[in-house]
Amino acid sequence: MTTVETVTGPALFSQYELGPAYDELFAHPGEARPHYQALYHHLQTLPAGELSRRQSAADLSFLQQGITFTVYSDNAGTERIFPYDLLPRLITHAEWTVVEQGLKQRLTALNMFLQDIYHRGKIIDDGVVPADLIYSSKHFRREMRDLNIPLDLYVAVAGTDLVRVDDGRFMVLEDNLRVPSGVSYMLANRQVMKHVFPGQFRNYGVRPIMHYGQVLLNTLKSLAPPHSSDPTIVLLTPGVYNSAYFEHAYLARQMGIQLVEGRDLLVHDNYVYMRTTSGLERIDVIYRRIDDDFLDPLVFRPDSALGVAGLFNAYRAGNVTLANAVGTGVADDKAIYAYVPEIIRYYLSEGPILPNVETFLLTDDTHRQHVLQNLDKFVVKAVGESGGYDMLIGPHSTAEMRQEFRDRITANPRNYIAQPTLNLSCAPSYIDGLIEPRHVDLRPFVLSGREINIVPGGLTRVALRRGSLVVNSSQGGGSKDTWVLYD
Amino acid sequence: MMLSRVADNLYWMSRYLERAEHTARLMDVNLDLMADRSTEAIDRAWQRVFASLRLPDLASDPPDPYDLAHNLTFDPANTGSLVSHITAARENARQVREQISSEMWEQINRLYLDVSQTNQDQIWREQPHDFFQAVKRGAHLFEGISDSTMNHGEGWHFIQLGAFIERASNVATLLNVHLGDPDEANQPVRSAEQYLEWAGLLRSCTAFEAYCKVYTADLRFQDIAEFLLLNEEFPHSVYYSIMQMRYALDNIANVTGTRKNSRVYRQAGRLQAMLDYDEIDEVIAGDLHAYLDNIQKQCSQIHTAIYQTYINYAISDKLSS
Repeated sequence: MTTVETVTGPALFSQYELGPAYDELFAHPGEARPHYQALYHHLQTLPAGELSRRQSAADLSFLQQGITFTVYSDNAGTERIFPYDLLPRLITHAEWTVVEQGLKQRLTALNMFLQDIYHRGKIIDDGVVPADLIYSSKHFRREMRDLNIPLDLYVAVAGTDLVRVDDGRFMVLEDNLRVPSGVSYMLANRQVMKHVFPGQFRNYGVRPIMHYGQVLLNTLKSLAPPHSSDPTIVLLTPGVYNSAYFEHAYLARQMGIQLVEGRDLLVHDNYVYMRTTSGLERIDVIYRRIDDDFLDPLVFRPDSALGVAGLFNAYRAGNVTLANAVGTGVADDKAIYAYVPEIIRYYLSEGPILPNVETFLLTDDTHRQHVLQNLDKFVVKAVGESGGYDMLIGPHSTAEMRQEFRDRITANPRNYIAQPTLNLSCAPSYIDGLIEPRHVDLRPFVLSGREINIVPGGLTRVALRRGSLVVNSSQGGGSKDTWVLYD
Repeated sequence: MMLSRVADNLYWMSRYLERAEHTARLMDVNLDLMADRSTEAIDRAWQRVFASLRLPDLASDPPDPYDLAHNLTFDPANTGSLVSHITAARENARQVREQISSEMWEQINRLYLDVSQTNQDQIWREQPHDFFQAVKRGAHLFEGISDSTMNHGEGWHFIQLGAFIERASNVATLLNVHLGDPDEANQPVRSAEQYLEWAGLLRSCTAFEAYCKVYTADLRFQDIAEFLLLNEEFPHSVYYSIMQMRYALDNIANVTGTRKNSRVYRQAGRLQAMLDYDEIDEVIAGDLHAYLDNIQKQCSQIHTAIYQTYINYAISDKLSS
């Protein structure tokens, strides 16, 4: 696979060019940051071909564990692994403390925000967030008005995307509050890493993450309806054709709960049951990995075959918990995102620990004019999308693409926001036999139940193409293990 | 605890695989016998194959037998074809990939990939026997892998259930189709042609060698019927299949807490009891066609009862309990 297998020692880093972005490894050329030094020196002592051997071992391990995507286009069910970069991304204890506190603060406020806007709407009355912005959000669910849910927790599982900017600070890029995915790769990466770099792993003092399944299970348990002392919990998946099916099956296995599809469930007298060979089993908590739209054909999309007829009534009756709750998407609307710092201040009377990326609402005339005149400098995103869809990266765009977005923004300014193009930080990655910097982000998973838990780590996604800022797996992105250090 | 959907998939995965193996064996035997048969006998033989596989009757002007066999093997649009059965078995396995061992998944996926590869067409035209051998071997390998890599729990018993109910029904149908006129059939074999037909029937159930060990190579219809119907040791006999089916049902009942007096147990028990005590000469002296029809009917009733008890039950039945 590699043509430069013989490269060892400092030569491994011969192509490592420091750009304007924050570099996770080097403070200055040739000078590793303190927490990276042990890894940096270790890499230079490896014999020729060692890294390439370990990369092959890691790839094989993914394949054997079945941690794969299925590619259906050729009708034969070909399986591919999610590209995995061998070198871990390191985060110090001090850095992690800020991330952890910031995320806890943010999710606390966002849950309060959701409770408020689906009940009294004080934040609207007080003029902090404009009413029309909330009610025009495509993910606002009026069905949730005045509906009470256990512990007032709407977002049980969040996968917040963080980026590190030029000065090394972490900033929040997106709140994923609906059905965030990727945690199975975080866990699988760690398992493979322990096999591939056992010695480094021990010496470094890496905080464990493998208890995620248990923490998630306890979180879901704590959200059970009050009547159930020993709640039955299931994971609801759209089925084997969903690209995240591997993750659904993996998590169900880790938690020891049933992996169900909509057709396994039924609602009777406002209780939800699953059909088993031993009869009907009542269900108390559903960790659902299906979007709001598809949950219940009687309330949401009538053409959905993935959901369960009557589910929302059972939910409204308080007989079953859905995690995440219905309607959380309004809080990760990218226009609402711009108000999150204000939302934190409003509910918690403190400033945000993790800053937002500067965001321009295009409903504002001055902002819109400014953005439209400088489209080549901005990233434009649709407010209700995730996963890199309906998005313009100004500096990498053509005149036609910009014209297209100019038309779309003018036609529907509420549907788009603009942000300055960010220089994501770079982490060392193993590319064709050499170690080179690549842009990364970080998605930690925040679990909110009776308490808020964040297992120390997250999914580090890496843009494996040189110079690329897009970390999505559909566009040449991969992932790497994330080591949060004890000190 | 097992989801009904999962039980359903495991049951059909194994039924379809058993059906594929049965189809492969029938095709193999009949293609092999073609060289020895008259044109008239060949047409009759394919009529029987279609009837044995419960496919619609052939047109009065049947097409070339090789084309027919090719279609029955490879046509994905024909739901009775070998390829369709294997595709269906694999699709059922895919839905429950997490419930079966990865070795099982790999084997059934490999079998599927092998038969759906385009160059199999070529191999089949040149060496049909090799092709069918490979399919049978693939199915046997899957059974062995299941046996040694999967927990012998509820799911495994649903797999056994599917395989044996399918087998019992297939062998009863096959026997019924080959029966022709019972009076004539009961005579000792006179012509070489008839010998071939009886031997073909036994080989279609992998029973030729096993039969000879019990009755010698003297092929008599009554002995053949007794062997395929009532032998308690031969794994393709109707009786053996029903015993295995009942054993699986018993185990499932224990795991799920189903009452033993429910319909599905009474039906399975009744069928087994019938075979426990019936004598072959009495059965043949009576109406053998009706007897075999009755076995098929009971198998299909048991199938329905399995669905009503475990898979597609009325919600009202279970809410009150």
